[in-house]
Amino acid sequence: MDLNIIWFVLVGILFTGYAMLDGFDLGVGALHLFVKKDEHRRLMLNAIGPVWDGNEVWLVVGGGALFAAFPEAYATVLSGFYLPFMLLLVSLIFRGVAIEFRSKEEWAWWRSMWDVAFSAGSVLSAFLIGVAMGNIVRGIPLGPDFEFTGRVLDLLNPYALFMGVTTVLLFMMHGAIYVSMKTEGEMQAIVRGWIPRLIGLFLVAFFLFNIYTLIEVPWVLETVRQRPWIIFVAVASVLIALNIPREIHKGREFSAFLSSCAVMALMMVTFGLTYFPHMVLSSPDVANSLTIYNAASSQKTLGITLTFAIIGFPLVLTYTVCVYYIFRGKVILTKHSY
Amino acid sequence: MDVEILARVQFAFTIMFHYIYAPLSIGIGVVLVIMESLWLKTGNPKFHNMARFWTRIFALTFAIGVATGIVMQFEFGTNWATYSRFVGDIFGSVLAAEGIFAFFLESGFLAILLFGWNKVGPKFHYFATWMVCLGAHFSAIWIVIANSWMQTPAGFHLERTVNGVPEILPKGHVLTDADLGSVRAVVDDFWAILFNPSSMDRLTHVILGAWMAGAFLVISISAYYILRQRHLEFAKSSMRVGLAFGALATFLQIFVSAPDTAEGVLKNQPVKLAAMEGVFKTEPYTPMALFGWVDTENNRVIGPQIPGMLSFLSYGNFEQPVTGLLDLPPDEFLIPRYPQASPEELKEIRRGYWPKVNFTFQVYHLMISIGMALLGIIIVALFFWWRGWLFNAEWWVSRWFLVVLILSVLGPQIANQAGWFTAEIGRQPWVVYEMLKTSDALSKVVRAEEVLASLILFAAVYLLLFLLFIYTLNRKIAHGPDDEESSEEMPASWKAVIRQDNKLNH
Repeated sequence: MDLNIIWFVLVGILFTGYAMLDGFDLGVGALHLFVKKDEHRRLMLNAIGPVWDGNEVWLVVGGGALFAAFPEAYATVLSGFYLPFMLLLVSLIFRGVAIEFRSKEEWAWWRSMWDVAFSAGSVLSAFLIGVAMGNIVRGIPLGPDFEFTGRVLDLLNPYALFMGVTTVLLFMMHGAIYVSMKTEGEMQAIVRGWIPRLIGLFLVAFFLFNIYTLIEVPWVLETVRQRPWIIFVAVASVLIALNIPREIHKGREFSAFLSSCAVMALMMVTFGLTYFPHMVLSSPDVANSLTIYNAASSQKTLGITLTFAIIGFPLVLTYTVCVYYIFRGKVILTKHSY
Repeated sequence: MDVEILARVQFAFTIMFHYIYAPLSIGIGVVLVIMESLWLKTGNPKFHNMARFWTRIFALTFAIGVATGIVMQFEFGTNWATYSRFVGDIFGSVLAAEGIFAFFLESGFLAILLFGWNKVGPKFHYFATWMVCLGAHFSAIWIVIANSWMQTPAGFHLERTVNGVPEILPKGHVLTDADLGSVRAVVDDFWAILFNPSSMDRLTHVILGAWMAGAFLVISISAYYILRQRHLEFAKSSMRVGLAFGALATFLQIFVSAPDTAEGVLKNQPVKLAAMEGVFKTEPYTPMALFGWVDTENNRVIGPQIPGMLSFLSYGNFEQPVTGLLDLPPDEFLIPRYPQASPEELKEIRRGYWPKVNFTFQVYHLMISIGMALLGIIIVALFFWWRGWLFNAEWWVSRWFLVVLILSVLGPQIANQAGWFTAEIGRQPWVVYEMLKTSDALSKVVRAEEVLASLILFAAVYLLLFLLFIYTLNRKIAHGPDDEESSEEMPASWKAVIRQDNKLNH
């Protein structure tokens, strides 16, 4: 186990953490317009109120870790995906400030304007994250200097778009489970009504996505042939996904939420195990791919940043657990709520 | 327009906008800690009320600060990919440290600071306020270290990778076009990176500037209430806290940090210093211009000058010359780069290594003038406070002074921006000082139209955000603090903090 592998895993953990945590925030945003009453919308917003900002930090730190450990991958992907990334940043800004500004006035037009901004920003963020992931999986054309040689429109290929939709559905399911965990009464009843359908939609998309991947991305099948045990992880993720409706049926929201988190984690693990040792796969010219070795910082930097991670991660987990513990239980609206 | 100028404008615009909010959250963070300390110490509910109000103002600045901060984290990769490849080993690890040690701390405890009033006890809340404040400071520490490393690189060597095999380049290697993409800076000594020659001076300067931004916001809003005769008790107490904190920050800034920072620039970046002061000729009794216009055609400054002053401030004696731009950068720097050039040619080449002199001169002098004005305001305010005139809205002199205090909030904001302009324009054409040029640092694959599109997008979004910020801030000020400590607001466990004597007074 060398430092490059450790950092491959750590960057993976950060982005998985982001998906599990901000995933439900974005999902709540995507569901936001489906509830009509202002009170219900406020309940949904306040369910994520104290935590969304901390959840977004996982993305920022994931980006920072990528920059530190694999600067070539950071530079190639961000400059290559320039416009989609700018759009993602603007979407994230909009949905963030929408939460803040929405509650400041009672006017109907004001609130619906921010509702749309919040929801559209969330859907677009989730979608663009999915599209980016789709392209990474599929591989993007890189030159010998590791610079992206394709065009923006190439990034909007059907496979990546499908991954975008799947991501939105995954986050919607995840968000709905979170809301049902954090609310009670009428609100909870509404969102519980959606959950089976959302799970169904996600499972269909997830299933199709796997098939699509095997057809569209030839290297996946090859890799799975070499590393057949990956199938166990993939199967586990499907089984756990199927466990979600069961937990919901039994009224165990928290277990359902954990299962949903586990599905995301296992999807990322499947991806990581298959993709390893690549950071950015070049297609068609595989020789130009960025790997965890040619994209990495020096061993010394990987060591120093690992020290940061060893000191920092326990602290981060402590704050995160603390905050979620303090804000446990059902949301109650007060004067100072959003 | 070409990619370089567009990318620079975009970076400047997004960071300037972010920098309205980041210093405020550092400065108000300290104010919140002071107020909660007073609340826990005295048990006077007035201070609890103050902490609540200023927390709401803090929340607003913080929300925009975070939203615009995410952009910064990714902009290095999107617009400055060549730079990112070159410095990722060093700069990236410092940014990662900022994320791990500052952002998580800040955002985690922010939830408790903003939403925890009914969830945790007063002591734990106080702890959370401290942590948010510390987190904001940690963030400043790491990012200023990262920036300072670009200004005064240290603790690294250059390495060229060919076919996956790294080759260490000798010290003083001059980057050529062919090196871009294959040569990178690699860490030697992390401590030398952290404590690079300019990091501590600049960090102190930045943090004091942020404290001033927070303090003057508190002073300004409090002055408004006093002038309007609203929430008087609240406003007077807030004014006292803001003024005491603002005075401390301003005195330290002007009498300790500013001279240190200037001295550091003189030592580490003489070209920048010469441009800031508009010094062209190296001559004994180097004069200092108070203000003026730099005539770059004739290499002189038009405006009043004090003879020998710059020499005195730089070296403590009036005679010793400060090196002027006509001798900068020195021949030792130029000759290895242009071995064939004649002395005449070197003269022209030299100009290519100067920043925009008049621009640097003007923004620097703007910062200095505002700093002095703020110092004056603080001294008058302390005098008025001492004489008991500060809160007297009956007397016209006090009223006008309150108006000055209301406007003073703009001072630190402009000075902070002008200071960063001085630092960043003054080091051009370099992005990594005397190593990598800004024009070489761009993303190779990003086209001008794309940058223009994103720039327009950010301009529109940030303009909207700014209007909303002003509108919401205005609303919060108009609403004011909750007039009394209403009993339903404070949870039962918090009431234990209220002391009996205060209850009677209240």
